[in-house]
Amino acid sequence: MTSAILEARGAGFAYRRAAPVLADVSIEVTPGRGVALVGESGAGKTTLLRLLLGLMRPTSGRILFDGAELSPRDRVQMRAFRRSVQTVFQDPYSSLDPRQRVGRIVAEPLRSLGLPAPASRRMDVAEMVAEALRAVGLPPDAAHRYPHEFSGGQRQRVAIARAIVCEPRVLLADEPVSALDVSTRVRIVDLLAELRETRGLTVVMVSHDLAVVATLCQHTAVLERGRIVEQGDTAAVLGSPRHPYTRRLIDSVPRLPPRASQARS
Amino acid sequence: MNVLDVTGLTVKSADGRALVSDVSFTIHSGARLGLIGESGSGKSLTALAIMGLAPAGMTVSGSVVLDAPGLVRTEVVGAAERHLNGLRGRAATVVFQEPLTALDPLMKIGSQLAEPLRRVRGLRGAALRTAVIAALEEVRLADPGRIAKAYPHEVSGGQRQRVAIAMALACEPALLIADEPTTALDVTVQAEVLALLDGLVSARGMALLFISHDLAVVAGVTDDVLVLKDGVAVESGNVLDIVNAPRHPYTRELVGSARQLDGALDWSPR
Amino acid sequence: MSRASGPSTTRRSPTLVIGCVLAGAIVAVAIVSLFWMPFPQDDTSGGRLAPPALPHLLGTDKLGRDLLTQLMIGARIALTAGIGSVALGGVLGVTAGLLAGFATRWLDDTISALLDILIAFPTLLLAMLVVAAREASLGSAILAIGLAMSAIVARLTRVLVKRVLAEDFITASRTSGTSWPRVVIEHVLPNIWPTLLVNLALQLGLAVLAEASLSYLGLGAPPPNASWGRMLQEAQATVLTAPLGAVAPGVVLVVLVVGVNLLADGLRDVADPTRRRRR
Repeated sequence: MTSAILEARGAGFAYRRAAPVLADVSIEVTPGRGVALVGESGAGKTTLLRLLLGLMRPTSGRILFDGAELSPRDRVQMRAFRRSVQTVFQDPYSSLDPRQRVGRIVAEPLRSLGLPAPASRRMDVAEMVAEALRAVGLPPDAAHRYPHEFSGGQRQRVAIARAIVCEPRVLLADEPVSALDVSTRVRIVDLLAELRETRGLTVVMVSHDLAVVATLCQHTAVLERGRIVEQGDTAAVLGSPRHPYTRRLIDSVPRLPPRASQARS
Repeated sequence: MNVLDVTGLTVKSADGRALVSDVSFTIHSGARLGLIGESGSGKSLTALAIMGLAPAGMTVSGSVVLDAPGLVRTEVVGAAERHLNGLRGRAATVVFQEPLTALDPLMKIGSQLAEPLRRVRGLRGAALRTAVIAALEEVRLADPGRIAKAYPHEVSGGQRQRVAIAMALACEPALLIADEPTTALDVTVQAEVLALLDGLVSARGMALLFISHDLAVVAGVTDDVLVLKDGVAVESGNVLDIVNAPRHPYTRELVGSARQLDGALDWSPR
Repeated sequence: MSRASGPSTTRRSPTLVIGCVLAGAIVAVAIVSLFWMPFPQDDTSGGRLAPPALPHLLGTDKLGRDLLTQLMIGARIALTAGIGSVALGGVLGVTAGLLAGFATRWLDDTISALLDILIAFPTLLLAMLVVAAREASLGSAILAIGLAMSAIVARLTRVLVKRVLAEDFITASRTSGTSWPRVVIEHVLPNIWPTLLVNLALQLGLAVLAEASLSYLGLGAPPPNASWGRMLQEAQATVLTAPLGAVAPGVVLVVLVVGVNLLADGLRDVADPTRRRRR
């Protein structure tokens, strides 16, 4: 078995003098195996994501990156970590700075990480941005426009372009499609699936949308009130759930009426 | 009898763009219609226009006739505000997506619920308090006494939406308009609220206009649907027919997308 | 698809143009006064309360000084007071606001409490304290007005910073490896400055008025410096016999304040890329 890129080992988080938001969560992100964190509001999904992003430190347990404990003070490690792990947010309206052109937004990880290495740098940044925009299916001239000129789905593509421009290994996505219309949602899910194949990206996704999870992630962990109640292969967890909460979650998903042909047979 | 008769409804923005164009449909008393559309399709605007609440600066034309039992048959388009106020609540009422904005944050839930009960049923004092608790029980809120004394922000999103439904029902409307009532809720809570809404509408024989972007949700609640795209009704009919054999290209795309996501949840071996 | 261009922006913002013209006229007068004035400042050769006639275009005041000359000096003082207070209040206010916006809960609460006290403190009282501690001068007036203004600016900055920090693009920036100072320069300041700029422009108008009030009360620049506020005060007694002495400084004061306010409104439209949306 390949070693984990990112791992939570018995991680927990609690605010001072309050019940823990997250307790004893252990989860592994191994290359090529997408992970879904499924749960409803208050389950601690977002807290777990922020721990995995190094934006908050666990109050118990550890977060490991390439086998070493993630420490915000270790600049060398943090730089490698930021380069390897990028994010996409839920709300494409809040996640892009309205006062920057798309080209500048997409180039931000390159600027901050000092990529690509000096020599003939300026040209390379523009090229890498253009390549990232092309990869997410946006026209090259998108770089000169402002976020408000784009629809929600296109903005989400811009956010994805920003996340992949420095060629990370892991993409942490927080409900990446739940703010989008159904047809747009399908297109973004398809895009993420394509990037997973073509770029070897491992997608870690926080979601309450089981259909999206089933499409994109091989591994699913179900969170309820700050604890993982069940995790394993997505097919196993969603196909034959063992925990009653998982079962209730699956039964609650509104389904389309069966196709006429299927109904007849 | 038609509770709602919409003919050629058109809503134009201040700069003259048609946000809803020439939409027509009817709802019989006790019937249910789903209004499907994505963001910008004009579905919420249609609901507001039916209530005579289109935002200032927009021009509404066409005809919206509300005809509730016990009330005067009324043409909403062009009617005086004073006249409409008597109609709102009794003839038709709306449950919105985000109940937090629909409830007054500075008023206890019980007092908010008491207002329509006093106005419509003429209740006072102890009888009013009993009716408030009964209304909260009807939407299956556990511990209605505590909820009545709480402020909207002190209860969960699902509980707030139940309160909003209770408030809508307190007016005893002939038509309930539900505008994405479960979109902001968690999936398990959504299932409960949908079941609740379904049961209450049946029990009271109310007509229902259910607005949503989610084909699967609409299919579970209503029999007939109208598909809106960019303010135009592109297709209407029985929900099973539309899901199985969409005719308009847009509906086909919509159903295709929904099918693709829905298919991902089929774990039974093929 | 193309960028918003300069000329079309000004065409769509007539308030900006009118504001520029009005405020610009006063600025021009102030600049001219540095090099040329119709009469020396303390020339009283024209006789007392002379009516408008050549060579005294607007007549003279009760001491026989040329009114136009006085107005020109007043423009210089009004602008110095306005710009000086805004510079002081802006620097202090934005710094304190940024600090509070980024601070931990405890420090933020402390700064906010101090700001609330400063805001509740009447500017006039503050000015009297400053004058008592120093002397009645233009500098004292600027210090008092700037200090009072800094509290208002700080509170606004704090709210703006908090709002921007809550946006996802800040988190996105941090997960891109951007350091905090760069987050401030790249995201926080660009997103708050248009609102701040508009507010500072409005404050400039208020500062000009405040300086006029202080001078009117004798707490501003001492004689013989002609401040519009003191001109109004000096003309008070003779307003019925020589109305121009009071009307003229009043009019220029209104022109400057209205001009600056229109300028502020116009800036608001120009500064925001989402407001320059094309058809």
